[in-house]
Amino acid sequence: MFKNHDLYCFVVSRQFNGIKGLVLIFFLLLMLPSVGWPKEAIPVAEDPVVEKRMLALTMDLRCLVCQNESIADSRAEFSNDIRREIREQIKANKTDQEIVQFLVDRYGDFVLYNPPMKPTTMLLWFGPVILFVIGLGSLIIYLRRRRVQIEDVSLSQVQLERAEALLNENKKGKNV
Amino acid sequence: MMRYLIPLFAFIVLAAFLLVGLTLNPRQVPSPLIDKPAPIFQLNHLHEPDRLMASKDNLGKVWLLNVWASWCVACRDEHPLLVQLANSGIVPIYGLNYKDERTTALQWLKRYGDPYTISIVDPDGRVGIDYGVYGVPETYVIDKKGIIRHKQIGPVTVDSLQNTIIPLIIELQKQA
Repeated sequence: MFKNHDLYCFVVSRQFNGIKGLVLIFFLLLMLPSVGWPKEAIPVAEDPVVEKRMLALTMDLRCLVCQNESIADSRAEFSNDIRREIREQIKANKTDQEIVQFLVDRYGDFVLYNPPMKPTTMLLWFGPVILFVIGLGSLIIYLRRRRVQIEDVSLSQVQLERAEALLNENKKGKNV
Repeated sequence: MMRYLIPLFAFIVLAAFLLVGLTLNPRQVPSPLIDKPAPIFQLNHLHEPDRLMASKDNLGKVWLLNVWASWCVACRDEHPLLVQLANSGIVPIYGLNYKDERTTALQWLKRYGDPYTISIVDPDGRVGIDYGVYGVPETYVIDKKGIIRHKQIGPVTVDSLQNTIIPLIIELQKQA
C-alpha cells in the first residue's frame, strides 16, 4: 500500500500522464473512506397483528441482560431472541398466558414486571402499605401530643396582666 | 432520649438493608429450572456437523453442560479451569456452542484447548431459551436422571468449583 508520503513523492516526481496517471487515480480512489450505500429498510413486522400482540406482551417483560429495560424496548440480542420466540408462538396460536408461562418456566418470575402474589412477594406487595400505615400512625401520635403541649401552655393571671401592661405601654409610646 | 434513638434505629435498619444489597448480584437470577428435568434437545455436533447428540444420550451419568461462545470474553476466563477439570476426569463436560460461527468456534477451541467430550451447536439460541440462558457462560450440573441440580451463571471460578460444583458432582455420582 502507498503511504501518504510515498504518494506525494510520486505526484511530485512523475508526470501525471498515461498508465501512471490511471494507477495514481486508482490508488487515490482506494484511499476514499468506504461509502455506506443506503438500503431500503427491512420491514420489522411481516404481520402487524402479530407484532402488536408481541409488543403488548413484551412491554411487561423484563430483559434479563439489560435489567432496566423491557423486552419490547431492548435491542439486546437476548430480547431479539425472545421477541422472535414470542412471534413464533403467537403464530402457533398460543394464548398470551401460555406464552408468559413459557417464559416464567425458563427465566422465573423475574421476567415479569408484574410480580405474582406469593409468600415471597408479600413484602413487595404490602410493604408500601405497611410503611404508609406506620407513617400515618406516627403522624397522628405526633399531632395529638402537640395539641396536648399547646393546651398546656396557658398563661396564668399574673402573666396575663403583665402582658396587658406591656401592650398598653407600647400603645402609649406610639401615640406620642 | 427516645427522639434520638428512633432515627438512629431507623438508620441502622436502612444501613443493614443497603449493606446486604451491596453483596447481592442483581444479575444472578435464580433459575426456576433447578431440580427440574433438563430440557431435551437434539443438536448437531460442532466438529462433525452431520452427527447428532440428544440430551437423553447422557442419562445414567452426571455431566456438565457448559454454554459458551467464541465472542464471549468471560468464557476465556473460565476456559483454563474447564480444561483442567476435563483432564482430571471427574466429570464429562459437554459444550453448547451458543449463537456462534462454526469456523471461529473451532478456531477458538484449537487456540484455548478443548475440554468438551462433545461440542454441540445452538446457532440461533433456541435451546438456550429452553435452558433459560441469558448470560454466557453458564454451566449446568445435570444428574443421572437428567435433572438439573445446579446452575452457575457467569464463569466458573476456582472457588465455585471447589466449594460447590465438584462436591455436588461427587455427591450425585454416589446416587443410583
